[in-house]
Amino acid sequence: MIIKWVIIVLSSSIIMYAGVWNNPHDSEKVKTDTLFTSFSLPPKKLDPVVSYSANEWAIIGQIYEPPLQYNYLKRPYILEPLTLTTLPTIRYLDKDNNEIEEDSKKVAYSEYILELRKDIKYQNHPSFVKNIKGELFYGALDKNSLEEIGTPYDFTKTATRNLRAEDYAYAIKRMAVRQNHSPVLDSMQYHIVGLEKFSQMITQIAKEKKQSHQILDLRSYTIDGVTVIDSHTLHIKVKGKYPQFLFWLSMNFFAPIPWEVDLFYQQDELIAKNITLNWFPVGTGAYYLAENNPNKQMRLLENPNYHGEYYPSLSQKERVKSNVPMELLKDAGFKLPFIQEVIYSLEKESIPLWNKFLQGFYDASGISSEAFDQAVHISSSGNMGLSNEMQDKGIALKGSVEPSIFYLAFNMVDPVVGGYSESAKKLRQAISIAQNQEEYISIFMNERGMAAQGVIPPGIFGHEKGEQGTNKVVYDWVEGKRVRKSLGVAKRLLAEAGYPNGISVKTGKPLKLHYDTTATGPDDRALMDWRRKQFDKLGIQLVIRATDYNRFQDKVRKGKAQLFSWGWNADYPDPENFFFLLYGGNAAVDTDGAGINSSNYKNKKFDTLFNQMKTMKNTPERMQLINEMTEILREDAPWVWGIHPKSLALSHQWYKNVLPHAMANNTLKYKRIDADLRAKKQQEWNQPVISPFILLILFILLIGFLLFRAYHNRQKMVIYKEKH
Amino acid sequence: MLSYIIRRILYAVPILIGVNLITFLLFFMVNSPDDMARAQLGAKQVTPELIQSWKESRGYDKPLFINHKSEGIKKATDTLFVQESLKLFSFSFGFSDANRDIGSDIKERMVPSLAIALPTFMIALITNISLALLLVLFRGSPLDTSMMVVAVMIMSISGLFYIIAGQVLFSKIWHWVPISGYESGWDGVKFIILPVLIGVFAGIGAGVRWYRSIFLEQINQDYVRTARAKGLSELKVLFGHVLRNGMLPILTGVVVIIPSLFMGSLIMESFFGIPGLGSYTIDAINAQDFAIVKAMVFLGSVLYIIGLILTDISYTLFDPRVKLS
Repeated sequence: MIIKWVIIVLSSSIIMYAGVWNNPHDSEKVKTDTLFTSFSLPPKKLDPVVSYSANEWAIIGQIYEPPLQYNYLKRPYILEPLTLTTLPTIRYLDKDNNEIEEDSKKVAYSEYILELRKDIKYQNHPSFVKNIKGELFYGALDKNSLEEIGTPYDFTKTATRNLRAEDYAYAIKRMAVRQNHSPVLDSMQYHIVGLEKFSQMITQIAKEKKQSHQILDLRSYTIDGVTVIDSHTLHIKVKGKYPQFLFWLSMNFFAPIPWEVDLFYQQDELIAKNITLNWFPVGTGAYYLAENNPNKQMRLLENPNYHGEYYPSLSQKERVKSNVPMELLKDAGFKLPFIQEVIYSLEKESIPLWNKFLQGFYDASGISSEAFDQAVHISSSGNMGLSNEMQDKGIALKGSVEPSIFYLAFNMVDPVVGGYSESAKKLRQAISIAQNQEEYISIFMNERGMAAQGVIPPGIFGHEKGEQGTNKVVYDWVEGKRVRKSLGVAKRLLAEAGYPNGISVKTGKPLKLHYDTTATGPDDRALMDWRRKQFDKLGIQLVIRATDYNRFQDKVRKGKAQLFSWGWNADYPDPENFFFLLYGGNAAVDTDGAGINSSNYKNKKFDTLFNQMKTMKNTPERMQLINEMTEILREDAPWVWGIHPKSLALSHQWYKNVLPHAMANNTLKYKRIDADLRAKKQQEWNQPVISPFILLILFILLIGFLLFRAYHNRQKMVIYKEKH
Repeated sequence: MLSYIIRRILYAVPILIGVNLITFLLFFMVNSPDDMARAQLGAKQVTPELIQSWKESRGYDKPLFINHKSEGIKKATDTLFVQESLKLFSFSFGFSDANRDIGSDIKERMVPSLAIALPTFMIALITNISLALLLVLFRGSPLDTSMMVVAVMIMSISGLFYIIAGQVLFSKIWHWVPISGYESGWDGVKFIILPVLIGVFAGIGAGVRWYRSIFLEQINQDYVRTARAKGLSELKVLFGHVLRNGMLPILTGVVVIIPSLFMGSLIMESFFGIPGLGSYTIDAINAQDFAIVKAMVFLGSVLYIIGLILTDISYTLFDPRVKLS
C-alpha cells in the first residue's frame, strides 16, 4: 500500500515537472538570440596592446575595433575599413619629407593617412562620466566608495563618447610604455618613426610616476611619427616602405584606447579589486564584456551604441571566386549584430563539452580526437564527411586549412646536419624524403592536415597548387598527382652525402642524430616511435631527447638543438610573415635568442630576394620572386616541410552564417541563431527517462524493507533464544 | 588549553618558513625568472628587453637568497625570498603573474569548492558510518561478506571512471541533471547533485571498510556485552555505545581534513566545470605562476596545521581522559 502511494506521488511530481532537466543554461535565455559557447583556457590578458593569444583575441576581437578588418566573405583574405571611411591613403616621402612616387628608390618614409568615421561611439562606461570641469567623475575613488563595486558596471553612472583620432594615438603611446609589456613594441619600434625614442623616454617617466604613486597621463606626450591632425584624422609615419603595416592596423594592438579609460583603470583601489583594463575592456565593437569570471563564465552583450554595420554582400563573380554558398548571403544588407548575448562557459574537459554539444546545449564545437570517429566518417577514397549520427541531428561540418605550418627543423649551425655544403644539403634532402608526412597525417591527425611543399600555406599569396607547387626535391609529379620519392632516392642522396646505409664514411660508425622534443607524456610514445622509424629507414639512429619546454626553448635559442619540431601561425596573410622565419637577419643565435629564425638558416641570395619581395604588392613579379625563394629553400632544405593543419568545426542547424575565417577575430557579429528551432530541438533531444528513477526508488525501498525485516527477525531470535 | 593552542601556533611558524623555503627551491630549480617571463609573455615576439621589463615589474630581477649588490642586512632582506615570504605571513598574497589579486581569487573560488566538498564530506561521513554499523550489525552474514567484496571493487576502480560513467548515465542517457556547470544559490543545486553523489559513491569502499574495522574492534568489548545484558536493542547498542567509543579514531582521520575541504578537488572540478580552488594550483604550476604557487602551498600548510590543532581539541571533547597541556 505504501509503495503504491510512493509511486503515485513520485510519478505525478515528475510529470508535473516536465521539461528539460539537464539544461545547464537558463531555460529562458535558450529562447532568445543568445549564443552558448565555451572556452577551455581562461584568457589571462584582455588588454589589446598586450594580448597575443588566439583564445584572448576571440573575446577582445568582438569588443575592440582597430581601424581595419578582414572582409568576412571574400577569399583570398582582403582588408576593408572598419572605423575608417576608406582604406588608408599612403604618401611616400623622401628623407626630407617631400612627397615622391611610390616606385622611387628614394622612399624614406611612408605616411598612412587614416580618416575616421564620425558616427562611432564607445560602449557605456563609468570612465566617460565627467564633472562640470571636464574631469573624471570617478577619478578619485577610495576604498569606502568601492565597497559595493565588483565590476565597472556596478557604478551608478555611465556615459559614452565618440571615437576620436587621439584614441588611436593614445593606444600607440600605451604600447610604447615598457611596463605594459606589449609583445609588438620591439617590432613596431623598428617601423614607426620616433617610437623607439618615445618608448625610452616614456618608460622612464612611467617608472618615476609609479614610484611616486602618480597617474601617467599620456596625452601630454607625443610620438614624432604619430600625428593627430584633427579629431577624425590621424597620420602614422613608418620607415621606408612597409605594406604589411596595413595588416597590423587590423590587429588589436592598434585598437583605440580613450584617455579616460586609461586614467580610470590606473587607480590603485580599482586594481586591488581586479578592476583593470586587462579584465574589463572598453571598446566600440559590436559587443561589450558584461561579465568576466574566467574561472566560470564570460558574457558579452550587444553594445547599444554600436555604429551601423551591415552584413556584407558579394557579386556573383566574387561569390564563385570565394566559393561562398548562397545561404551565406541570405542576410546580406541586414544590420549587425544578430546575436544579442554570448555566453562563454569554462569547459576544461573535452568529454562534457562534446556531450553538451550533442545535447544541443552548445551551438558549435570543435572535434576532439576522442570524438573524431563518432563525428566524422572517412570514405575509402579518403574524403571526409559527417557520420550518420551527426547527419541525423542536422549538424554541419566546416573545414579549412589553417594558415600555419608545423615543421621539423635542422639547426643550420650544427656541424652534422647544418651547413651549406653539397653533402650537408644531400643529407637533409634524404631525411626530408624519408619523413613520410602523409603517413603522419593519417596516423596522428585523422587526416586533418596536408603535407607542406614549402613554407607558405594555402590561402596566402605565394602558395602554388598542382605541379607548380610541388617540392621536386621530395616528390615526383606522376599522372597529375604528387608521389613521394622512393627510399632508394633518399638512400642514394645519403650515400652521396657520405653516409652509405647510414654509416659515416669518415668514422665507419652509424650516423646518430639527436631530436629535442617536449613530447614527454605516455601518449607521445607512439609518435616518438614513428619518428625513430622514419630515420631508421635510412639506417640513421635517432636519439630522442625529451625535455621540458623551458629547457627546449633555451636550447633552440642558443642553437644547441640539432633537430626539433616547431610551428608558426600567420599573423597576417602575407608571404613575408612566413619567409621571415628563414631570413638570415632573424637567426636566433645572432640575436641573443630574440630572432624568429630558429633553424639559423642564412642564404645571401634568399635574403636579398626577401628584402626585395617584402615591400612589393601582390603582383606577378612578386610571385616570381616568391617561387625563386621557395626553390632555394627546397634545395637547401633547412626544414622538413611538415604539415599545414586542417581545422574542422561542427555547428548545429540553428547556428547560421558560419564560415571559417583564419585571420579575422571579430566574426561573431555576422552569426545568427534560430532560437525557436534550438529550443524545440533541445526539448526533443533531452526528454528525461523516468523509469530508472522509479526503479531506483523501488529498489531502495525494497532493500530497506528487507533489512528492516532481517533486523526484526534477528531481534526476535535473540529473545526467542533467551526464552528457550 | 589556550596556552597549548598558542604554543602550537608558534611551532607552526618555523614549519611554514621551511615549507616556503622548499617551495622556493623546488620552483626555481625548474623555472628561471626568464622562463616565467616567457610563459607569461607568450611564444611570439619575446625580446630580451621585454623579458627584462617583465622581471623588473614583478620583482623577479632580485636575487633569490643573497643580494650581493646590497649592503649590511639588506644583503639578506632585499631578496626575492624574504620580500615574498614576509607578505605571506601577513596573509597578503599579492598579485598573480597575470595581474590578478590572489586573495580575491581565493575567496571567490573557495565557495564553489566548498559547495561540492562540504556536502560530499557530510553525506559520505554519515553514509559510510551508517553502512559500516549495518555491516557490523550483520557481521559474519552473507550480507557482510558480499558488501565487503563490493567495497573492494569500488575501491579498485579509478574515480575518473565514476565521473565519466555518472555523466554518461545520469546526464547523457537519462537526462536527469546537467553534465557539468555551476551556479550559486538554489539554481546551482542541479549542478551539485551529480558530483556529490559520485564523490560519496567513490569513497564508500574505503570509508566503509575503515569504519567497519573500527567498530568491530569495539563490538567485542566488555561494555558492549554489558549494554546487551541490560536488554538494550542492537540499534541502541550500536549508535549509543559502539559509535560513541569508536569516534576517537574516526576523529583522527576526519577532523584533520575539514580545513582542507576549501582546497577543492582537481579532477572533480575539472570534469564538472566547478570554478573552485581544485585546479588553481595545478593551473598556476603549468603557467609557471610562482605567486599563486607559493600562496597556495602556504595556505595548504596553514590549513593542515589548523586541522591538526582541531583534531587535538576534538579529542578532549569526545574523551574526557584526554587533557591538552
